[in-house]
Amino acid sequence: MNQLLYSKLPIFFKVNPSLITSVGKICLDRPVMLASGILGISLDVFNRLYRSGAGAVVTKSLSTEPWDGYPNPTIFSVNGGGWINAVGLSNPGAQNFAKMIESNVDVPIIVSLVGSIPEDFESMIMQFKNCKITAFELNLSCPHVAKVGLEVGDDPELVKKIVSAVKTSTNIPVIAKVGLGTSNYLNTVNAAIDSGIDAITAINTVRAIAIDVETQRPILSNKFGGLSGTPIKPVALRCVYEISSKYDIPIIGCGGISTWEDAVEFILAGSSAVQLGSAIGSNWIHVFNDINHGILEYMKRKGYSKIDEMIGLAKKS
Amino acid sequence: MQRNHNHPKICIVEKVIDETPTVRTLIFSDDVMHNVLPGQFAMVWIPGLNELPMSVMVSKESGKAAFTVRKHGLASTGLYNVQVGQQIGVRGPYGNSFDLKQGKLLLVGGGTGLVPMMRLLTFVKPTDDVTLVIGAKSKNEVFFEELANDLLKNNVHRVIITTDDGSYGEKGFVTNTIEKLVNENRFDGIYTCGPEIMMYKTVQLAHSKGLFVQASLERTMKCGVGICGSCCIGEDLVCKDGTVFDGDHLMSNHEFGSFHRNKAGILENY
Repeated sequence: MNQLLYSKLPIFFKVNPSLITSVGKICLDRPVMLASGILGISLDVFNRLYRSGAGAVVTKSLSTEPWDGYPNPTIFSVNGGGWINAVGLSNPGAQNFAKMIESNVDVPIIVSLVGSIPEDFESMIMQFKNCKITAFELNLSCPHVAKVGLEVGDDPELVKKIVSAVKTSTNIPVIAKVGLGTSNYLNTVNAAIDSGIDAITAINTVRAIAIDVETQRPILSNKFGGLSGTPIKPVALRCVYEISSKYDIPIIGCGGISTWEDAVEFILAGSSAVQLGSAIGSNWIHVFNDINHGILEYMKRKGYSKIDEMIGLAKKS
Repeated sequence: MQRNHNHPKICIVEKVIDETPTVRTLIFSDDVMHNVLPGQFAMVWIPGLNELPMSVMVSKESGKAAFTVRKHGLASTGLYNVQVGQQIGVRGPYGNSFDLKQGKLLLVGGGTGLVPMMRLLTFVKPTDDVTLVIGAKSKNEVFFEELANDLLKNNVHRVIITTDDGSYGEKGFVTNTIEKLVNENRFDGIYTCGPEIMMYKTVQLAHSKGLFVQASLERTMKCGVGICGSCCIGEDLVCKDGTVFDGDHLMSNHEFGSFHRNKAGILENY
């Protein structure tokens, strides 16, 4: 059984030098990461995803206290592709989570944090001082929970305060994940860069709703959720292109990536690495290595030896 | 348009059967759910209330299926209270299924864990010798005994009931009976679904004898499609890798029989 195989395999890879990429100070063996919110609550699963080809895993967004999230239904499958989810940032809390990943040795873990005020983030960062982690990612963009996520991201002044506080609390690289809220997301990007952010992840899910025609009501318990997957890919790609055209900041592209072509598009638009989540719902975790192999084939065909050579090429034409 | 099995299909509950004072079976029409494999599950939406993972119960009538639910928490009580004529949303089926061996088979079910066992019974060959053990707390919590005997009427078979208080069948925990059975018989396949401690002991007993055993696990579930991670047990996802796991694999999983995760994802002891 392949179940058995997974648990017996040692953590070992041949690192292919062509796939190595740097997101500012963050160096990754492979350019495709697991996006935040997906599968991210156990170190055992992180190990498995890393073995499956993920360049890094981003954890579920952690809060100062454990959150149960919203009641089910928390996810809806859009006909024609994509998902709307309102899981509600369920997570075991930063302290419990930090304890769980203290034994991490191998996996590049990016810890996603969610909070309302600078003090929330500062206190959570302290919890991780004994953990081997690659970066922090600040969730400034979850579209379905009050007082956090997008409500923070939509306030550039608050973003400045949070990023400044976080940057003085840690030497580990800090990424800001932005999304499409009610204000211009580029103002959020600008505020984060002004305050010393190391990289930008763009974008989060897009606020959306699903209604059932038979029962004539919203399906998700929270009514509103975040749209992810293939429907948002062109929008996410546009954001990456805009950010990379306007600012000199490393970018991680995220939004609807499910094939190697998608990943290459984001790299050509200016991202140094990409994240995916929804594609796991349809292609399962094989998607990481499928994309890695696809990118390698493309690089061979086009004569590139490093990811770096391709970043932002679409802007030159 | 082709049916998107991740999309909730609205079904109307056509019949409700009281199995015990706390367990009901709700019957509805749906071809896809009628034909699911033993061990597979559906996500069942009670509009305006909640959604929960449910093993799909058999129905003798073609094109129909059912859910057998014990009222327990908010979601299961909500489903339990659904009346004839009310709508539910059904998406799936999800998960893998039991690997059915031939010959001498032992099935062990507790509570609503009997549901996948009943579906498994519809897949056994007439030549199979089948022993089904049903564990319950007391006589008024025993259900599906008649159905099991009926499904097995063409087989050499035994249906053994155990009750914790001895009010019906053999007195004592189901695992005592299992121990006796695996000591006295050489089973070709052992299948279990029910309370985790019961499954753990069954798997442990079978595994120690080198017998093929599989268990269908239950965990907190939100998405059902391998995205949210709520149902992880060690490195496995119950919704994608399971719900059915081999005994060998389970005995190497440090969470099986010991921990489950709550809604926030924190490990809790059984």
